[in-house]
Amino acid sequence: MKKLVEPLLLAAAVALPFLLAATGNEFYTGMATRVMIFGLAATALNLIVGYGGMVAFGHAAFFGLGAYGVAILMQHGVTSAWIAWPAAVALAALAALGVGLVSLRTRGVYFIMITLAFAQMLYYLVLSLKNYGGDDGLPLANRSTLAPLDLGSDTGFYLVTLAVLAAALFAMKRLAASRFGSALAGIRQNETRMEALGYPVFGLKLACFVIGGAVAGLAGALMANQHGMASPNLLYWTQSGMLLVMVILGGVGHRYGGLIGAVVLLGLEEVLAGVTDHANLGVGLFLLAVVSFAPRGIAGLLPKGSRE
Amino acid sequence: MSQLILEQALNGLQFGLMLFLLAAGLTLVFGIMDMINLSHGSLYMGGAYFAAAAAQASGSFAVGILAAVAGMALVGTLLELAVLRHFYKRDHLSQVLATFALILIANELVRMVWGPQPMMLNPPEALSGPVEILGFFYPAYRLLIIGVGLAVALFLYLLVAKTRVGMWVRAGAANREMTEAMGVNVRRLFTAIFALGAALCAIAGALLGPLLAVQVGMGENILILAFVVIVIGGIGSIRGALVGSLLVGVGDTLGRALLPTLLRSVASSEVASNLGPALASILIYALMAAVLFWKPQGLFPARG
Repeated sequence: MKKLVEPLLLAAAVALPFLLAATGNEFYTGMATRVMIFGLAATALNLIVGYGGMVAFGHAAFFGLGAYGVAILMQHGVTSAWIAWPAAVALAALAALGVGLVSLRTRGVYFIMITLAFAQMLYYLVLSLKNYGGDDGLPLANRSTLAPLDLGSDTGFYLVTLAVLAAALFAMKRLAASRFGSALAGIRQNETRMEALGYPVFGLKLACFVIGGAVAGLAGALMANQHGMASPNLLYWTQSGMLLVMVILGGVGHRYGGLIGAVVLLGLEEVLAGVTDHANLGVGLFLLAVVSFAPRGIAGLLPKGSRE
Repeated sequence: MSQLILEQALNGLQFGLMLFLLAAGLTLVFGIMDMINLSHGSLYMGGAYFAAAAAQASGSFAVGILAAVAGMALVGTLLELAVLRHFYKRDHLSQVLATFALILIANELVRMVWGPQPMMLNPPEALSGPVEILGFFYPAYRLLIIGVGLAVALFLYLLVAKTRVGMWVRAGAANREMTEAMGVNVRRLFTAIFALGAALCAIAGALLGPLLAVQVGMGENILILAFVVIVIGGIGSIRGALVGSLLVGVGDTLGRALLPTLLRSVASSEVASNLGPALASILIYALMAAVLFWKPQGLFPARG
């Protein structure tokens, strides 16, 4: 029975846009795509926070850089996703490498603050790019093209996003079971011991940080396509806070933590926005209740067998 | 040119002192209870709104400030007793989530009570004009801010360095468990510190209200600067918070005023006007990263 849950959920996710189209609710396809993109970005952050044990408070920077990578290339006429998306990922990974090299020398609250500082620097840097929209953001003329697939239709884009998300979650599973994943778990428990055992602790943490940044960049590339623009707000610190909130809400260190957090948080926002003008009040009270009564997040409430 | 620098330095001093009012409370919360409080900026926003509402109702700016201080001290006490004290023993992640939730709640409550439009808060009539100092004209209201900021900084110094309560605070920041073992009721002390921090936020919010806009979200912008300040200064250190505030306040203001001019001498004016403000904003974060890189505990570490 347990083995069937994942394939069934995946099948349901594939069927969703067709169901929505059949019932005349196409509007929600875009909404679902957005949720999955945030789920991907939060999953990338969960790799760093939950698996690597590093509380990074600047993840929105890599997310935003991915979006800007696509948008800037688009402005220069590069529309193919086969070129633009890897370039966006490379940009985010490079930024994560630079930030990680400096930040990983600190720990605890200082790591939180220094990642925040670098993210804010990148935010102001993007804000100053007047040729690329400045504080108005940079609109995309069209979606990227991903021949032979069709990204133009909302359903097509939804399915590509779903495929990327599913691949990322699968990679996460393999990673957790690999030697790299075990080494990260060891570092999370006792860094000094792993150092003494001869593991290259700094390099392993840096690799984890860069992978997380790269995946966030991919999520950003998708976000620019979904949103139709790259906006500087994607890099602002409240966005980093939002991603971190999704991870904690869903479950730190749980493979589905980021996705669950994104689904619940954005879903709750959407539902509350339908009934009241003051949705954030409800969201805030809900988050406060979760952190008070479910310290391990929503994934921690799931039955034991489903935990990783 | 030198006059411009002097004027901007005064502006920087004024901004730095207001940052200090925020950072002082934040650094004690962070240093003693090891608590990341993202909602500190909301107390600042609350203070500005209380002041604007009270000033409109009474017609007096002074009444506005007093109402803001009293109101936010009460709000701070209630917040600490009802919510925050349950999170001191939790990990940083839980604290981030809980206090981020508080930001959402505070912003929405303010929007419900005062509406989404920014509120007007006018400086007192008598101080609306400029005064002449050192051969140039400077707004009297900004001088008032500098005066109040210096007075509060002096008061805090005397409180922390010269009184018994201040000794407890310093002891708590250096080693909380040991302080508790010596018989100090750190929990009660902490409620008091939190109320004081909220009142300081209220002063900053009320005084900066007429210069910056009184609007929802004003706390988020300044909160991060306050965090930068306390990390530069050393978490838990009031003296560090003062030095950090002045560095950030003066650095940010002077950078904003002078960098575009300086850049113009080496690059085209278009590049300079685009890049200047960004570089100025980046400057203080770079300063913080550099401090953390070379002195990971900040300039004035509170823990020995």
